[in-house]
Amino acid sequence: MAILVYAEHDNASLKKATLNTIAAAKQMGDDIHVLVAGSGNQAVADEAAKAEGVTKVLLADNAVYEHQMAENIALLVADIAGGSTDYSHIIAPGTTTGKNFMPRAAALLDVSMLSEITAVIDAQTFDRPIYAGNATATVKTTEDKIVLTVRTTAFDPVAAEGGSASIETIDNVQDSGKSSFVNEEMAKSDRPELTSAGIVVSGGRALANGENFTKYIEPLADKLGAAVGASRAAVDAGYVPNDMQVGQTGKIVAPDLYIAAGISGAIQHLAGMKDSKVIVAINNDPEAPIASVADYFLEADLFDALPELTSKI
Amino acid sequence: MKALVAVKRVIDYNVKVRVKADNSGVDLSNTKMSINPFDEIAVEEAVRLKEAGVIDEIIVASIGPKESQEQIRAALALGADRGILVKTDDKPYPLQVAKILKSIAEQESADIVLLGKQAIDDDNNQTGQMLAALMGVGQGTFASEVKVEGDKVNVTREVDGGLQTLALTLPAIITTDLRLNEPRYAKLPNIMKAKKKQLDEKAPSDFGVDMASKQEIVKVVPPAERKAGIKVGSVDELVDKLRNEAKVI
Repeated sequence: MAILVYAEHDNASLKKATLNTIAAAKQMGDDIHVLVAGSGNQAVADEAAKAEGVTKVLLADNAVYEHQMAENIALLVADIAGGSTDYSHIIAPGTTTGKNFMPRAAALLDVSMLSEITAVIDAQTFDRPIYAGNATATVKTTEDKIVLTVRTTAFDPVAAEGGSASIETIDNVQDSGKSSFVNEEMAKSDRPELTSAGIVVSGGRALANGENFTKYIEPLADKLGAAVGASRAAVDAGYVPNDMQVGQTGKIVAPDLYIAAGISGAIQHLAGMKDSKVIVAINNDPEAPIASVADYFLEADLFDALPELTSKI
Repeated sequence: MKALVAVKRVIDYNVKVRVKADNSGVDLSNTKMSINPFDEIAVEEAVRLKEAGVIDEIIVASIGPKESQEQIRAALALGADRGILVKTDDKPYPLQVAKILKSIAEQESADIVLLGKQAIDDDNNQTGQMLAALMGVGQGTFASEVKVEGDKVNVTREVDGGLQTLALTLPAIITTDLRLNEPRYAKLPNIMKAKKKQLDEKAPSDFGVDMASKQEIVKVVPPAERKAGIKVGSVDELVDKLRNEAKVI
């Protein structure tokens, strides 16, 4: 039986989330095929073929897959993996792309699915967080086709080099005709990507405005080579764009070091960062819930502490 | 145009959950229950579309225990027109919920189905997508803006890295993100009026949906506790600890 892994990419390069997902797949079986669906995406397939543990790459290169719209990708995945094909597991990273099309593919296959698994117990049994990470459920599935997404921060990525899988071009064009792409607005940043950064510096409502993010949070992040995150309060108040939000409804991060400045630590925020290796909280309220998860808590005014910290590291 | 909105009864988002001692699940006895926050946003969006003259009727459906009628009444108080409760004591899984909603959407000829992007208890983020697949229609998930134009709907979605806008042919499924709108509060007269609105009760068998699942919860445990941390007195001490004790910088 083989495992089909869906590759996350931007048509130019493979995203690291795919390597984490392949790592999870390796715990389910040895024959790992990676599906690279997109447009003008040969380079991504070449990259995927080099990843450790991959035995075959399926390349679907067609304009209908350019934006990886759920309607077309789900049809493609269900067609490749459905019926009597050899795929026992179909897995994708728990990114917005994976979350968008995988349940659709599962429904086309008429199977239930598992979202954002954090551990593989055996090929049918998995752990996943529920209630904003306040409980962990171990779930066993007896579906013939096991469809799931992977919480990428819970698995160490496989090596990006060393593999030599064959690339098979597939000529499977699925166009639902139900949706079309209009445009996109991507936030531009030179900093590391939030979900894969080794260090994350996050700000909350206490920053009071967007300029203070630029003035206090960003210099520290730049000095540490860190990504910048935010609480929902900071996003809703318009200080920073919403793709920086860390939490149950935003991004899930698990860096080596997470610095929370002016963040109280609501349940929803903790759900997104409490698996970080070391957590530092800078807050003027010693009773803030963030204190209960912080390894180091500095009770201080962040407007004094952040510049001092930036100058001393 | 008709809108169908799906709402789920879940533990209130402020409540700190307790895992049962026998690890069979989370203790929900005597806990405050509410409409799932994302579903409240879906109701609000439907009501706004009605106020804008786009939608004529809003039907609210919930699949769950009989107490779920409280959540349907809450949605009716926010401005929905009538409710459908599909009563079941089994734990409904997203695929089953999607199958029931598909039957309701088709019976009612709904042009737009609005759902929350995920329920804050199971955190699945699946039902809307599954419903769209079963109905063979387009999906606008994680919506932060919805604009109906003729027989199309433009949906701006929150994706990793920014925003993406899609055009979908109606009928279509939309799942809501937190930034789509700010739900209103129900006023007392509206709560009183909601008690008189029509609420039909159905069973999963009315839709031919089998509630048996191929997923079994083996156990539920609390997450690993983090060790209590320490309080540092100064920035110097913090830098020293990070360098020499935690060795992360």
